Amino acid sequence: MSGMDWIAIGTLADIPLRGARCVNTPQGRIGVFRTAEEQVFAIEDHCPHKGGPLSQGIVHGASVTCPLHNWVFSLETGKAQGADEGSVRTIPLKVEDGRLFIALDVLASKAA
Amino acid sequence: MTERLVIIGNGMAPGRMLEYLLEAAPGRYQVTIFNAEPRVNYDRIMLSPVLSGEKGYEEIIIHGDGWYIKHGITLYKGHRIVAIDRAAKTVTSDHGVTEPYDKLVIATGSVPFIIPVPGNDMAGVLSYRDLDDVNAMLLAAQSRAKAIVIGGGLLGLEAAAGLQSRGMDVTVLHVMPTLMERQLDPAAGYLLQKAVEARGIKVMTKANTKAIVGHGKVEGVELDDGTIIPATLVVMAVGIRPNAAIAKDAGIDTNRGIVVDHGMRTSDPDILALGECAEVGGQVYGLVAPLYEMARVAAAHLAGDETAGFVHSDTPTKLKVTGIDLYSLGDFADGDDREEIVLRDAAAGIYKRLVLRDNRVIGTVLYGETGDGAWFNDLKKKQTDISEMRDTLIFGQAYQGGSPLDPMAAVAALADDAEICGCNGVCKGKITDTIAERGLTSLDDVRAHTKASASCGSCTGLVEQLMTLTLGDSYNPAAVQPMCKCTDLGHDDVRRLIKAKGLKTIPEVMQELQWKTSCGCAKCRPALNYYLVCDWPDEYADDYQSRFINERVHANIQKDGTYSVVPRMWGGVTNANELRAIADVVDKFEIPLVKVTGGQRIDMLGIRKEDLPAVWSDLGKAGFVSGHAYAKGLRTVKTCVGSDWCRFGTQDSTGLGIRIEKFMWGSWTPAKLKMAVSGCPRNCAEATCKDVGVICVDSGFEIHFAGAAGLDIKGTEVLGLVKSEDEALEVIVALTQMYREQGRYLERIYKWAKRVGVAEIKRQVLDDAEKRKAYYERFVFSQKFAQVDPWSERVSGKDKHEFRPMASVGFAEAAE
Ligand code: SRM
Ligand SMILES: Cc1cc2nc3c(=O)[nH]c(=O)nc-3n(C[C@H](O)[C@H](O)[C@H](O)COP(=O)(O)OP(=O)(O)OC[C@H]3O[C@@H](n4cnc5c(N)ncnc54)[C@H](O)[C@@H]3O)c2cc1C
Ligand code: SF4
Ligand code: FES
Repeated sequence: MSGMDWIAIGTLADIPLRGARCVNTPQGRIGVFRTAEEQVFAIEDHCPHKGGPLSQGIVHGASVTCPLHNWVFSLETGKAQGADEGSVRTIPLKVEDGRLFIALDVLASKAA
Repeated sequence: MTERLVIIGNGMAPGRMLEYLLEAAPGRYQVTIFNAEPRVNYDRIMLSPVLSGEKGYEEIIIHGDGWYIKHGITLYKGHRIVAIDRAAKTVTSDHGVTEPYDKLVIATGSVPFIIPVPGNDMAGVLSYRDLDDVNAMLLAAQSRAKAIVIGGGLLGLEAAAGLQSRGMDVTVLHVMPTLMERQLDPAAGYLLQKAVEARGIKVMTKANTKAIVGHGKVEGVELDDGTIIPATLVVMAVGIRPNAAIAKDAGIDTNRGIVVDHGMRTSDPDILALGECAEVGGQVYGLVAPLYEMARVAAAHLAGDETAGFVHSDTPTKLKVTGIDLYSLGDFADGDDREEIVLRDAAAGIYKRLVLRDNRVIGTVLYGETGDGAWFNDLKKKQTDISEMRDTLIFGQAYQGGSPLDPMAAVAALADDAEICGCNGVCKGKITDTIAERGLTSLDDVRAHTKASASCGSCTGLVEQLMTLTLGDSYNPAAVQPMCKCTDLGHDDVRRLIKAKGLKTIPEVMQELQWKTSCGCAKCRPALNYYLVCDWPDEYADDYQSRFINERVHANIQKDGTYSVVPRMWGGVTNANELRAIADVVDKFEIPLVKVTGGQRIDMLGIRKEDLPAVWSDLGKAGFVSGHAYAKGLRTVKTCVGSDWCRFGTQDSTGLGIRIEKFMWGSWTPAKLKMAVSGCPRNCAEATCKDVGVICVDSGFEIHFAGAAGLDIKGTEVLGLVKSEDEALEVIVALTQMYREQGRYLERIYKWAKRVGVAEIKRQVLDDAEKRKAYYERFVFSQKFAQVDPWSERVSGKDKHEFRPMASVGFAEAAE
C-alpha cells in the first residue's frame, strides 16, 4: 500500500448534529464527530486518562467532553484542554459530497 | 383585656404596620382585616414583573395564609367595607359581616383614575392596580393582538413593556410632550422614549384621547384630531386618586385624601388612616417608602407611643423595566436660583443631570447609569456643600478623593446613614450592623431582618456589596454564580428568563441570553435541556445531544465502556417470572455480574452497548421497563413489607410505594430523586434519608423530604401528616413539581429546600390547597409526554445509530 488510502465510512447524515459515531478498525475504534458548524473530525476513541470512549461524550464547539471524568479534548488537535494533559491521535478525514472518508493508511503505518 | 383592632384594606401599608405592631406590642390587639381583594397581602410593586413573566404571583406574596394563622389574625378576603358606624364603633362589609372595633385603621389605598370619555366602560378597557388587572391583561395578551396603554408614566410604561413581552403590539398614548414628565426632564424623557421604541413599543406623545370606540367591545381609541388607532385592549394608567369615600361617608375629615395628623390620626380619635388614602401635611403619596414611614408611625401610636411623628422625605423613582435604568429624585425644574451640571454620553446612552441651589443638590435625574443615585440622594438629604468637588461631582462618588473606580470602594465610602433601600428606608449602618449582630450570611436573611431589597429589589446589588464588605470572602453570593463559563447568568436567572421570554429551544436560549460560546458546553447544555423539558413539556423536543451518555442511551456507562441495565421492580417487589426473565437474559448475553442494588432491585453489569436493544427487548417481553437508574429523574421507591405482613405495620407501605412509583416514573427532575415508604416508625425502608420519604403511622402518613445519604448525610424534614393515600400522593407530586420548577440543575432536593426554606415549601404544597392542586396538575400534564418507556422505544428502532458502529473498515487488509 502506498500514499493516502481513503476509505469510505458512510455519509454526513449518519452522524447526528453535535454528535458522534464510531468506526471499528483493526487498530482500534475511531470516533467520528460532527459539530454544530458542520465540521467533521475523526479521532481515536480512547481517552488518554482512563480509556473512556470519547465518541459517547457531549460535543460542544469543536470539542468533546469525555463521558467518564469530563476531560475536554479539542477535536482539531486531539489535545486535552484546560488543566488536563494528554492527547489523542487525530485521523485524516475528508468530506466529499456528503460522503466521509478516513485515511487508514496512516493508521496502518502507525500500527506497524 | 385585648383591644379589638379592625383594619380596612390589606395592602402594603397596613401589612407593614402590622409587622411593626406585632413586634412592639404582641398580643395587645385582636386583629381583624377586611380586604376587598380576595387575597392575602402581596407586593403590589412587583405586579409588573408578574405581568412580564419574570416572576410568578407566589413569589410576590408578602404574608401567606400561614402568617395570619400564626398571629391569630382574622382576614376576610373579598369583603369590601361599605359602612363605618362611628357611634356604634362597627364596620359592615358587603357580605353583611359587622365587626366592632376599639381602634379602626383605614388603609383603602387608591383607585385608578378613569378618564371621562365615551366608551370608557366597554369590555376590554382595564386599569392597572391589582392582580385581577394583571390576570385580565394576560388573558387579553393571549390574542397577541394590538393594545393601547393610555398614560406614559411609570405604571403605563411598565404595563406597556409587560404586554409587549407577552407578544402584544403595544402603543403608548401620552398627553404630554415627553414621557414621565413628572419625574424626568425632557432630555431624559426623550432618551427613555427612544429606549421604549427600540423595544418595539410605539409611543405617541401629545396624544389626547377623545373616545374609546367599539361595539360593546373595544375596537380602538379615537384621538382629538380624529385619528382612530385600532386595539382590542386599552389599559388606562393615567393616575390614581386616594380612596377616601367610606371615610367621607362616615363624616371623617377628608380633603384630597383622608386628613390625618403627623401621628396618622383622623378627625376621629379612634380611627387612624395610612397608605395612599391618607393625606398628611397636605400631601398624598404614591410610592411605598413614605407609606412605610406612615406604617411605622401608626404602629407606634397603636402600641401606645404617642410621640412618633411622620417625617416627609423625597423618594427616588425608578422604572422597573428590564434594561432601562433611570433614577429621578427631588426637584429638577429650572429656576433663577438654580444651577445645573449635565453629563451626556450619547454613544453610551448616558445622561445625568444634577440641580443645585446654594451649592447643594436638590434634584437628580440619571439615565443609563444610575449607580450613583444613592450617593446623590445622600448628598441631597444631608444638604452637603459640594463646592469642593463641584468639578467632578457629576462623575459620581468613585471620582471623589482620588479613590479608584471600584464599586466596592464606592460602597465602602458611603456614610453609615446613607440610604441603600429606598422602598424601605434602610440605611447602610442598619444593614451592616444587623449582619454583624445576627451573624447573617445570606441575602434572604438580610432581607428578612432588615427589609432591605425586599420590595422592588433594585438595590439588591448594593446590598450584596455591603454583605461582601461586612463578611469578606466568607460571603459568596450564590445567586450570581454563573451557570458555567458560557454565560454570566446564574441558574435562577436563566430559568426565569426562559419562562419570561418564552424561549423554547437551546439555540434560542443561547441567542436571546447572549451566550458567550457558539453552542454551550457539557455543563450548560444538559441543564438547559432539562429546563426546557420541564417548562414546555408538550412543545419542547428533547435534545439528546445535550444529554449525558447515560441518559442518551438509557443505561449506565461503566469504566470499561460497557453498560449496566437496571429494570424497574416496582416498590422492590418481584416474582418468579421476572426473576426467570432476568436469569435468561443473563445467560443469553453472558452478562458478567448480577447484583442486588441498594435501591431494592437488580443490576446487570458489563453489557456491550451493541447488545442493549436486544437485552431490553427480552426484558420488555417479561413486562420490565427502564428503572432510570441513570436519570436525573425518579429512581426507586423503596418500600418495606408493611401492614400486609409485618406485625408492626400500620398501613400498606408496599402498595403506596408501588402506587407512587407507577404514578411518577419517567419524570425528569433537576437531580436524581429517590423515595421510600416505611410501614411504621421503625422505618425499615430508610425513608428518613431520602429525597422524599413516607412514614406510615396509625393516624395516616407522615411525609418527609430533603434527606440525603450520599456525599452528605442528612435526616429528612417533616413536611406534614396527611390522612389518606390520595392526599399523600397529591402532596408528594406537588412537592416534586415545585422542586422541578425551581431547582437548579444537579441540585438535590435537600439543597433546594435549604435555599427556599422548608416553611415556604410547606406553605405552598401543604397549607395552600389551590397551589398544591396547580402543581399537581402541571406534573400530571407533563407526565403525558414523559411516561414513555425509553427501552421499548429503542427496541422499536429509535436512535438506532447510538447502538451500532457507523462502519467496520480495514479488517480485510489487516488480516494476515
Ligand atoms: C447500583 C448502585 C450501587 C449498588 O450496587 O447497590 C449505585 C451505583 C451507582 N451510583 Fe449510587 N448506586 C446505588 C444506590 C445509591 C444509594 C442508596 C439508595 O439509593 O438508597 C445512594 C445514597 C442515597 C442518596 O442518593 O442520597 C447512592 C449515592 C450515589 C451518589 C451520591 C449522590 C449525592 O448527591 O450525594 C452518586 C454520585 C452522583 O450521583 O453524582 C452515585 C452514583 C452512582 C453511579 C451512577 C456512579 C456513576 O456515575 O457511574 C453508580 C452506577 C453503577 C451502575 O452502573 O449501575 N450514587 N447510590 C445503587 C443503585 C440503586 C438503584 O437501584 O437505582
Ligand atoms: C403596577 C404598580 C407598580 C408600582 N410600582 C411601584 C414602585 O416601583 N415603587 C413604589 O414605591 N411604589 C410602586 N407602586 C405603588 C405602590 O404599590 C402603592 O403605593 C402601595 O401598594 C399602596 O399601598 P396601600 O396599602 O396604601 O394601598 P393598596 O396596596 O392599594 O391596598 C389597598 C387595599 O385595600 C382594599 N380596599 C379598598 N377599599 C376597601 C374597602 N372599602 N374595604 C375593604 N378593602 C378595601 C383594596 O382592595 C386593596 O387591596 C406601584 C403600584 C402599581 C399598581
Ligand atoms: S459507592 Fe457508588 S459510585 Fe462509589 S464505587 Fe460504589 S457504586 Fe460506584
Ligand atoms: S477516561 Fe476520559 S476523562 Fe477519565
